[in-house]
Amino acid sequence: MAVLAAQNLRKSYDGQEVIAGVSFGIAPGECFGLLGPNGAGKTTTLRLCLGLTRPDGGSVELMRRPVPGEARPARARVGVVPQMDNLDPDFTVRENLLVYGRYFGLPDRTTRERIPQLLEFAGLAGRADSRIQTLSGGMKRRLTLARALINDPDLIFMDEPTTGLDPQARHLIWERLKQLLAQGKTIVLTTHFMEEAERLCARLAIMDRGRFIAEGSPRELISRHIEPHVAEVHGDGVMEWAEGEAGALASRVEKSGETVFCYTADPGPLLASLSRRPDLRYLHRPADLEDVFLKLTGRELRD
Amino acid sequence: MMHPFFPPAVSLRFVPVWRRNLLVWRKLAIPSILGNLADPMIYVLGLGYGLGSILPQVGGVSYVAFLAAGMVCSSTMNSATFEAMYSAFSRMHVQRTWDAITNAPIELDDVVLAELVWAASKSVLSGLAILVVIWALGLSGSALALWVIPLLPLIGLTFGALGLAMTALARSYDFFMYYFTLVITPMIMVSGVFFPAEQLPAAFQAIAGFLPLIHAVALARPLLFGQVPADILLHIGVMLAYAVAGFYAAAILCRRRLLK
Repeated sequence: MAVLAAQNLRKSYDGQEVIAGVSFGIAPGECFGLLGPNGAGKTTTLRLCLGLTRPDGGSVELMRRPVPGEARPARARVGVVPQMDNLDPDFTVRENLLVYGRYFGLPDRTTRERIPQLLEFAGLAGRADSRIQTLSGGMKRRLTLARALINDPDLIFMDEPTTGLDPQARHLIWERLKQLLAQGKTIVLTTHFMEEAERLCARLAIMDRGRFIAEGSPRELISRHIEPHVAEVHGDGVMEWAEGEAGALASRVEKSGETVFCYTADPGPLLASLSRRPDLRYLHRPADLEDVFLKLTGRELRD
Repeated sequence: MMHPFFPPAVSLRFVPVWRRNLLVWRKLAIPSILGNLADPMIYVLGLGYGLGSILPQVGGVSYVAFLAAGMVCSSTMNSATFEAMYSAFSRMHVQRTWDAITNAPIELDDVVLAELVWAASKSVLSGLAILVVIWALGLSGSALALWVIPLLPLIGLTFGALGLAMTALARSYDFFMYYFTLVITPMIMVSGVFFPAEQLPAAFQAIAGFLPLIHAVALARPLLFGQVPADILLHIGVMLAYAVAGFYAAAILCRRRLLK
């Protein structure tokens, strides 16, 4: 039984279709990742799921309730970590949680009982009386996560939860998300960090121009869409090498700036060729989700 | 979520949002109350006694009393307008507080209602501050003046609702300057706050009759000086109409802005 099901969602702004027929279902306990370049429609998809915007076509069921019709009771079982921090700057850490609990109709007593655990979980023990301005970016993100858990939700939406964080802060968030999954929570996550998606998500969808263009586990996506080996080659003669020899040695050759990416199932001949070219430098590595992502969504910049 | 043009679906869920604003206010309550008292005191004493010394009685009372009665209404209006515009805009647009709230099981309509009731609540304090000044200076001795107290929330709701509609349209704080300069200030001038509206050409008086402030003044001033106002229902009706229409516009414009 899905905790979230979207059927053929469509949404246009000013005649431009930003969600062009998206369908998916999310099972309890799953971590589902939504990947896509900027402007792909990830945040709009989340807003449609939460009932914060009305689709032009299609339907959403959140916590088995039709949305936006019954969005309010549905959201009572859901937590949201938004992309932009919107903690209350006038409040302390504790007041932020207390006031947020009231939005869910929780009695202050219940919220006060939950606060110490939530702060412990967020690595903010002892900071209950700190003002928001004194927290680092990572601490704010963790407090936003704690705030999203105030109603003990079954499903948590996270919109780019680690954007702008340093590696330590990012790893801590990942650990906490794994703990939540171990507790049986369901997570829907948008990100453009492939590493994050590969670590956390059992299943993911790559989204571009309002559509799901690929769906599966990270491993499936890699084996289905991309050759297993990559050589990233650069150096003075690389373009001429790419035009000539490389074409026969790699099944796919992509140029990006001064670098040539060679994708192949059998790296032996390619590496042998490269070893005879002292003017070229290269990095040989297994293909990863980022290669899939770039293959499917292209290398040009999105703004 | 509501359809773009459905009437606002108001509910008691606005209460926790109102309490949020109260909690913020409580942290700054003392300077805020001092400001509420000091600002009208300066006007009433400065203009009242300064201008009053060169003016004979106005409308049968001293100028300072005349002015103070008008300022009960204009200060309440200003306070509600300011809160519904600058403060609500910073919560809606700058701090994204509304986004955080609507991720919880609270609808945007509830948030807009909470902001309206909050703006009115704060404006009541401003109005009360001037009433206190009036009573402290002995400018009003009538028990009828107590009826001004329930008038204050109506003034607050009226101008809070209009301010919120402006907030829903605003791209930045600069926008509010236009509203103050082009709407609020001229309305104060034609509504009999500083001088009797009858001093103005008939055309201005006719326009003023369609604006809400003059109706607030038409209720507050007689009550403060011990008379039962004329046309009570008309005055209340005009303000209520502005309050309801303003709130409806604010709710729809906020939906268009935030739930698109």
